[in-house]
Amino acid sequence: MQLNSIKISAIAALAVFLVGTGAAGDISGAGATFPYPIYAKWADAYKKLTNVGMNYQSIGSGGGIKQIKAKTVTFGASDMPLKPDDLKSAGLLQFPMIIGGVVPVVNIVGVKPGQLHLDGAIIASIYLGEITQWDDPKIKALNPKLTLPNTAIAPVYRSDGSGTNFLFSDYLSKVSPNFQSKIGANASVQWPTGIGAKGNEGVANMTKQTDGAMGYVEYAYAKQNNMAFVTLTNKEGKTITPSTESFQAAAANADWATADSYYLILTNQAGAKSWPITGASFILLYKQPEDPVPVGEALKFFAWAYKDGATMAAALDYVPLPAALVTQVKKTWGSEITANGHPIWK
Amino acid sequence: MAIIDPRHAATQLIYERVFRTATLGAAILVLLILGGVAISLVRGAWPAMAHFGFGFVTHEVWNPVTDEFGALAPIYGTVVTSVIAMAIAVPVGFGIALFLTELCPPLLKRPIGVAVELLAAVPSIIFGIWGLFVLAPILQKHVQPWLIKHIGHIPGIGGIFHGPPFGIGILTAGLVLAIMVLPFIAATMRDVFDTVPPMLKESGYGLGATTWEVIWNVVVPHSRVGIVGGIMLGLGRALGETMAVTFVIGNAHRVSASLLAPGTTISSSIANEFTEAVGDLYTSSLIALGLLLFLITFTVIAIAQAMLRRLERQAANT
Repeated sequence: MQLNSIKISAIAALAVFLVGTGAAGDISGAGATFPYPIYAKWADAYKKLTNVGMNYQSIGSGGGIKQIKAKTVTFGASDMPLKPDDLKSAGLLQFPMIIGGVVPVVNIVGVKPGQLHLDGAIIASIYLGEITQWDDPKIKALNPKLTLPNTAIAPVYRSDGSGTNFLFSDYLSKVSPNFQSKIGANASVQWPTGIGAKGNEGVANMTKQTDGAMGYVEYAYAKQNNMAFVTLTNKEGKTITPSTESFQAAAANADWATADSYYLILTNQAGAKSWPITGASFILLYKQPEDPVPVGEALKFFAWAYKDGATMAAALDYVPLPAALVTQVKKTWGSEITANGHPIWK
Repeated sequence: MAIIDPRHAATQLIYERVFRTATLGAAILVLLILGGVAISLVRGAWPAMAHFGFGFVTHEVWNPVTDEFGALAPIYGTVVTSVIAMAIAVPVGFGIALFLTELCPPLLKRPIGVAVELLAAVPSIIFGIWGLFVLAPILQKHVQPWLIKHIGHIPGIGGIFHGPPFGIGILTAGLVLAIMVLPFIAATMRDVFDTVPPMLKESGYGLGATTWEVIWNVVVPHSRVGIVGGIMLGLGRALGETMAVTFVIGNAHRVSASLLAPGTTISSSIANEFTEAVGDLYTSSLIALGLLLFLITFTVIAIAQAMLRRLERQAANT
């Protein structure tokens, strides 16, 4: 019945309502679901410290962009950076807030975490349905020491639109022209094969219970579920294990200094230690906000989170921004966000 | 009898008017809400309908990257999962209702009745999680391999049990839906069977009819309308169920002859993609899916009403 679609819009409306009616002085934000756990944790700690609350509604990146454009929230959050032109026409500023990594995981009898090694081209072929067996010569060539069974590969993908999907499909598009022309990069794409599971937990579970399955999840899920993650060949040909260090390496090696409006996707970055499927989650703010007070409060919150939120982020397996990048972001705040010609951030 | 006090009568009249207006308002409110939903759905769906035209319902492609959208796969999935659910839940629900009203020992009547009602109260997300963690692995390891091995090779019907056993897919979604709609169908039918006047049944028994004959010739004909109503209630829920289906259907925008293959339904597509849908055409296509579901449900209810009217006419003629 139509009830369910009504339910969805009702929830969305309620979420927006709740965001809009936060207590005076509170910061309101809406958007990406991927950083929600850490934003919520930061908000809780910050409230205890300063008595300033931060209401964040994880309604999805698309919803976050819509809400900030409708000016119902102080800031929006998106897992995909907006293009510089879109930002300019909307009068928005974006900057990265937190980093995460996507990790391919497998379920092959006898293969332990970190044992299987793959490269982007092979993963693209698996998700295109071109490589269908685990004992394919191409996979064997990369794993001469492993005995791979003659099991069919069951590719598992995220069915719900997500930043995880975007990073994964963006990476595969960068390394495989075939993948780019047939599928492309987006928060939801049309997979030609495999099964769709809802959320990280769905993909993790589906992969665990299907013999021969391959999936991709956020790092925290692979780690906490002790799943058989895959090591990858990065842009410089090095074999990389997914870890906080390798995600941070990708962020540090990225050329943020020259990137217009921080429009930078961290997949397939250069650097000997960079994990190739890394991504940042972004914050969107108005450059000339109508009401500068909450924006000032939000900037204080973000500055605090950069400085004191790192351990909390690490505890949830998120990766804090490299120090140099934080300095650059703060400089951008000072020069770009103004009220009546005066910078809000000093 | 006391003489009616005219003042009392006057206040009564006012009360009556107020009450009448209030109930009228409530009734009109339903129409307004329904109209509002329809209008906002059409408005939201308009960009997609204008762009894709009728091809929206006949194309299988659902590609957010290239902004090409077709609703065939979700429509197919919605219809097929609902058909599977009804094929299982209607006979079983009918059986439960008959057993409870006609055959059940009085001692068991209450426990089973309460159990059926409790089953109806279980939130759909619980069915989804149960389907994914409990039912899907059982189907994957034991049921689906058997189906593929023994039925999968028979020409003709073999095609519906073809392909790898994922555990989740159209069939699993249909089974979970069947369990979810079963209590609605069973409870409605039981209530209807209970309204059959005992005198009618006892007359049947008095004439020497067996229990079977009383059920088929007295109970069922007397409650035809209610039976159809119960089925429609269940079908309505099956068509629109979102969360449980999303967990177990595999969420693939593909039309596949095999029931073991992953598919998608209208409501689960919306639930999956609405939050992260960026771009007007994409959002509009998702709303257009909602409009289609609205139309499908509307059609189902219209058919049900027509059937009920025919049944009532038949009943009046006999």
